[in-house]
Amino acid sequence: MSYAVKNLNEGDRELIAFRIGDQEFCVNIMSVREIRGWTPATTMPHSPGYMLGVINLRGAVLPIIDLAARLGMKPADPTARHVIIVAQVRRKVVGLLVDAVSDILTVTDETIQPTPEISTELERQFARGILAIDKRMICLIELESLFPETESEAA
Amino acid sequence: MDMNEIKEIFFQECEEQLAELESGLLKMNDGDRDPETVNAVFRAVHSIKGGAGAFGLDDLVAFAHVFETTLDCVRSNKLEPTQDVLKVMLKSADVLADLTNAARDGGSVDESRSRGLVKELEALANGELPSPSAAAEAPAPKAAAKPVAAAPAPAPKPTDDSGFQPVPFSFDDFGGEGDAGSGMPAYEIIFKPRYELYSKGNDATLLLRDLSRLGEMTIFCNSDELPGLDELDPEGAYFFWNITIKTDKGEDAIRTVFEFAEWDCELTVKPVEEARAEATSNDELPMVPVPFDLSILDEAGAAEDVSGTAAAEAAAAVAAAETASNVTQMAAAAARVEKKESAAAAAAAASAAAAQNNAAGAGQTIRVDLDRVDRLINLVGELVINQAMLSQSVIENDTTGTSSINMGLEELQQLTREIQDSVMAIRAQPVKPVFQRMSRIVREIADMTGKSIRLITEGENTEVDKTVIDKLAEPLTHMIRNAVDHGIETPEKRAAAGKNTEGTVRLTAKHRSGRILIELADDGAGINREKVRQKAIDNDLIPADSNLSDEEIDNLIFLPGFSTADKISDISGRGVGMDVVKRSIQALGGRINITSKPGHGSVFTMSLPLTLAVLDGMVVTVAGQTLVVPLTAIVETLQPEASAIHSFGANHRLISIRNSFCPLVDVGRILNFRATQANPVEGVALLVESEGGGQRALMVDAIQGQRQVVIKSLEANYTHVPGIAAATILGDGRVALILDVDAVVGASRGQSLKAEMSLAAVG
Repeated sequence: MSYAVKNLNEGDRELIAFRIGDQEFCVNIMSVREIRGWTPATTMPHSPGYMLGVINLRGAVLPIIDLAARLGMKPADPTARHVIIVAQVRRKVVGLLVDAVSDILTVTDETIQPTPEISTELERQFARGILAIDKRMICLIELESLFPETESEAA
Repeated sequence: MDMNEIKEIFFQECEEQLAELESGLLKMNDGDRDPETVNAVFRAVHSIKGGAGAFGLDDLVAFAHVFETTLDCVRSNKLEPTQDVLKVMLKSADVLADLTNAARDGGSVDESRSRGLVKELEALANGELPSPSAAAEAPAPKAAAKPVAAAPAPAPKPTDDSGFQPVPFSFDDFGGEGDAGSGMPAYEIIFKPRYELYSKGNDATLLLRDLSRLGEMTIFCNSDELPGLDELDPEGAYFFWNITIKTDKGEDAIRTVFEFAEWDCELTVKPVEEARAEATSNDELPMVPVPFDLSILDEAGAAEDVSGTAAAEAAAAVAAAETASNVTQMAAAAARVEKKESAAAAAAAASAAAAQNNAAGAGQTIRVDLDRVDRLINLVGELVINQAMLSQSVIENDTTGTSSINMGLEELQQLTREIQDSVMAIRAQPVKPVFQRMSRIVREIADMTGKSIRLITEGENTEVDKTVIDKLAEPLTHMIRNAVDHGIETPEKRAAAGKNTEGTVRLTAKHRSGRILIELADDGAGINREKVRQKAIDNDLIPADSNLSDEEIDNLIFLPGFSTADKISDISGRGVGMDVVKRSIQALGGRINITSKPGHGSVFTMSLPLTLAVLDGMVVTVAGQTLVVPLTAIVETLQPEASAIHSFGANHRLISIRNSFCPLVDVGRILNFRATQANPVEGVALLVESEGGGQRALMVDAIQGQRQVVIKSLEANYTHVPGIAAATILGDGRVALILDVDAVVGASRGQSLKAEMSLAAVG
């Protein structure tokens, strides 16, 4: 992980990049609260497949999402090497299970390319764009779209 | 800080002041004639008026002003606080509370109510007694000693021969300030600074100079209270001033001068007739300085031998004591001068005064955002869990047995426990505010129904978690209404039954084995069992031939759709029955019970947890998961035998318990933890009683034990999960779910848990 203190210009944004399988994704750093290791979660009844359960985050009950499963990929088999990204989505805090966190990126809005048209409905729903950095392809994920607004209001 | 925040603080303070006001008035109602109580009451109204004025809340100011004027008459002993006077005042306090709430929430108050009260208050201030019969029956302990309102007050007799003469007042024209006599009205002012005035950097001279700007002023300094040199506290306050001022600015202008010094001095402002003022200023004012009597010195010296410190204290306290009452003031002065017998008396007075001051100073509080407290409680909960984990791993790894690590751990454990207790105590508050609110409800309903009711509260300092207190008000209000409306008979009926025409409602709070017990007892007619039974049969709640014990009949009133009121009155029977009360008590994790004795009244007993943050639970295992079942729901646990299990239809099973059949519910199946029903014989059955009535046997795999668990919200970050009430964190740091027994039982009745579940789990 490379940390660098940079003076951000206007239009710059910082993203946290992480890996699921052989793909790379990133989310806005402003919504990330902390990154922690995997701990066994308590299963929730009647929960969807990507919902791994809840863990104790310093006294608060934190739901853990298998991001791979949520994105329609092969569900993860969590091990101690897996990482939980604790992120704030609207007023709630959730944990995203990913394989590893790789980078902090500083990008400008122009470098974000639109999502290619071949995407299926599912990918189109989450992806807000694609970044090309050093021959890597990193997909930018909008966390809000993982958890639709209507749901949070109903909850 | 913007205006709204300041306003919010003002309203918070108003709440405190209103509580103070009501408790003060109730104390006076019980015969408390302590000037400090009267002062506190006056102060409360005055502060509300002041704040309301700053925010331009005119209705509130106008009402508070009239109220204050009348209270001032009580304060200056012009108005005897009889029960009838207090009745008006209690009503005024209620209206003041309503006006405050209206000002905050933008509502409105029934104007006819406040207008009527304003008239009554003004009448009282003008010396009209509420009603002759009232005056006769009201206790008037000090009537003989005190000037009675409406009669021109005679000058209080000099209390001794020391040369001290109290200032005589005329009370004739108190009501119409500023219009006494012709030309410029005159006022007599006694200004007696206390030590605090000077200690706050105020200067009496400046105040007097300000005052002199209002008009023509005659001023005398009274040094009567100046003690001998050896008793003199260099920082004490001994002088006071008798002032006569002629001004057309009105009494309010005079009071404004002293506004900031108000609580640090004794101030009496009275309008007088001009001629009278002339006369007093020439002849009657106690301008004669006390001759310096050497004997005072000697005696003081002698007294010092006996109780030197006491005497010194006495002198300081006389200066400091907050005694607005002239009578007390004179008594204090007399006590000082009549040194011979008074050294002890003064000491006693001093200690009394000091005790009063202490009482006023006790219970200092700060206001803290509830979120901060919650965060602290969370962190301490974490600390406790961490500490337990640490201990566990040390015990597992420690091979040497005793080590300094173990000692340190033990200390840590003790400290954590202590921190946990103190943090929990922060949220604990006395039930007093709720109880006080009840006294208002009793008053109102008694008025409406024409009954005479006395509310006695006990144990109002019993402390409970704030959330419990907040949620207690509603069911308690309902029960009080019921008790007064249904429970207590009309005065005629009571008289016919040979009871005191005044009904009694007793509200008691006490701690009992980790829970709070709240009892509401009335001495009314009790439950009419025949009527209740008939009603239950009519409403198909019980079979006509059922054989119920008295206790069972009494408890029928908690059934939904039950109301014994023949007609729907304004007060109760609005479709909110005792079943709602029971439900709200159960929502608090509590139980409610009733015992009734025909002709002697009923007692409702509520047992509530001290806090909603902690719950007594049975920790169980279901399909490899650890769950917590609230202990309050569990009636008993049993080990099912194969012979007791009976299949019923395709999917249902019943368990026979003492010749009755109870549906068996597999918790693991209903929560979707496993696909097929577990074999009941291998598990444990928890017999639970659900809110909707009816028993169920919940099947779990094993019982781990009973434990107090800290309740954590699932909704905060997740969503509501049907069948799950909340979550908790176990000693190993993992999350365990708390079972929602009612929902599970409901689900077993055919309502699917899953249907309610939204598709996306998170959001």
